[in-house]
Amino acid sequence: MPEQLLQFLATGVTVGSIYALVGLGFALIYNASDVVNFAQGEFVMLGAMTTVALLGAGLPLVLAAVVATLLTALVGLLLERFAIEPAAGASVVSTIIITIGAAIFLRGGVLLLWGKGFHALPPFTGDTPIRLGGATLLPQSLWVLGVTALLVALVHAFFNRTLLGKALLACSFNRNAAQLVGINVRVMLRLAYALSAALGALAGILVAPITFTSYEAGVMLGLKGFSAAIVGGIGNPMGAVAGGLLLGVLESLGAGLISSGYKDAIAFLFVLMVLFFEPTGLFGHKTAERV
Amino acid sequence: MRLAGFGAFAAGVTLLPVLFPDNYFVTVVGVSAGLHVILAVGLNLLIGYAGQISLGHAAFFGMGAYASAILTTRHAWPSLLAMAAGLLIAGSIAWLLARPILRLRGHYLAMATLGFGIIVHVVMVQATGWTGGPDGMAGIPPLNLLGWEVDGDRRWYGVVSAAALLTIWLSLNIVDSRVGRALRAVRGSEFAAQMMGIDAAGAKTQAFVVSALFAAFAGSLFAHQQAFVSPDSFSLMVSVDLVIMVVLGGMASTFGAAFGAIALTLLNEGLVVFEDYEMLIHGALLMIVMIFLPQGLFVGLSQVGRRLSAVFYCQTEKR
Repeated sequence: MPEQLLQFLATGVTVGSIYALVGLGFALIYNASDVVNFAQGEFVMLGAMTTVALLGAGLPLVLAAVVATLLTALVGLLLERFAIEPAAGASVVSTIIITIGAAIFLRGGVLLLWGKGFHALPPFTGDTPIRLGGATLLPQSLWVLGVTALLVALVHAFFNRTLLGKALLACSFNRNAAQLVGINVRVMLRLAYALSAALGALAGILVAPITFTSYEAGVMLGLKGFSAAIVGGIGNPMGAVAGGLLLGVLESLGAGLISSGYKDAIAFLFVLMVLFFEPTGLFGHKTAERV
Repeated sequence: MRLAGFGAFAAGVTLLPVLFPDNYFVTVVGVSAGLHVILAVGLNLLIGYAGQISLGHAAFFGMGAYASAILTTRHAWPSLLAMAAGLLIAGSIAWLLARPILRLRGHYLAMATLGFGIIVHVVMVQATGWTGGPDGMAGIPPLNLLGWEVDGDRRWYGVVSAAALLTIWLSLNIVDSRVGRALRAVRGSEFAAQMMGIDAAGAKTQAFVVSALFAAFAGSLFAHQQAFVSPDSFSLMVSVDLVIMVVLGGMASTFGAAFGAIALTLLNEGLVVFEDYEMLIHGALLMIVMIFLPQGLFVGLSQVGRRLSAVFYCQTEKR
């Protein structure tokens, strides 16, 4: 039994890392523009599908991954420029629908380009399972964990150590004040979308060797990432990471110990319970409403 | 004005099958549009008037449908009784859920309702013993209205149109009642509403329960009309489509919601022609409408019309 638990834990942390990366993307965009981007999952899918296509065109894996990430970042930038920026000042519901429209559009585009098929990337470094205590771990899981840890550390350092990161953070606190001290808010917004799309693409490329990818693969991943961001308290990047890991582990334990069919229901039940008792997430700011 | 709009709408709905008898778009698409009108008008009370989003309303639609499906096929209940049971179940669940869920705001509320919708959908797929699982349930008997069996496209068109008109009429009355005014006050500012002695939580709960009842009512009709239900009809995308109908038509307008429901039904039906391009066009249209007419087609277009006529009026005045 303890061995089994260790196995569930290992699987959970791997899946949770992906949720954490997607959640981090949500938090980035929310911070910069107060928009919850329902196309975040499509960035994940786009990263994986583009890599698959480039690999098929004969590019080596590393190059394919880099190009796919850059292309997805470009899509993020275009989304901000042509869909979010013209709708400045729209209500929450309107922006939700715009990003849902973008998600359907991107899914439709990928469907048109590469069809309905399921694809997998080859694992980065072989597929000989590694034994760890009583649990077995795929080498790809180590890649997921390692790269996620690195990316989270980079994002953390970006916000706390670089001028650019601090400028981005300033936009999230008060856009007008940021503009007044000479920060180019428009450029910052585009940067946030590009960065968030790149993070999503990387998450998609990392997980594609373990779970298959298809034009619809982003839907559930996006929703789980949104859950991670909400559980962590939306707008708190490190909260989103913690939320993602927590969600992944609970989901894996639920699937293993209770029922794999109800896996998603268990994850969302957990999210509902968190919200019922902590209406602004586990690590969210308690804000008072201004009258 | 209100009555005139209702009368015009009712006349249009009645005339369509007379003018175009046995037209596919009237009898078949019309029934589906009518069901969407019921759903959107109900959801509009919550989103448009109370200002609370729900991304999980397909769950209540599904509860109504499955209650009718299960009770009429497995337990041989009369269809009206099964429908009432479905309304009772959906209404009770909405009532229990309303207070904790409507305490949340903005994106947290969106997440919670979305999660609720997914949980109910997973149950529909997994609880095979009850629901028939992913394959769904077939052989649902036709709706029996005190001895009058509703079968055939034209009878269904009549019943669904009557039901849609009934919900529009109910909604118009709710909006102009004490409850409707309380809801609008809550949407403006919850604090200010409470200051004036409005029970904000109570008002939001009422809107949530009423919109769930409308959805379950549509679900029950849907189950009998299709004679088949499966979880696909109550997925997240359906919940999203319902919100789109409300926003597309124009929030806080009963006719706007009805208009949005009919527009989206026709759009989805029309886009099928484009096959591979369907999703691409659907997504692009959503973005374009929301960017350029954030208040929705119905409200946005009527404002454009008013502005145009104002310009025209000014020019004739000058002359």
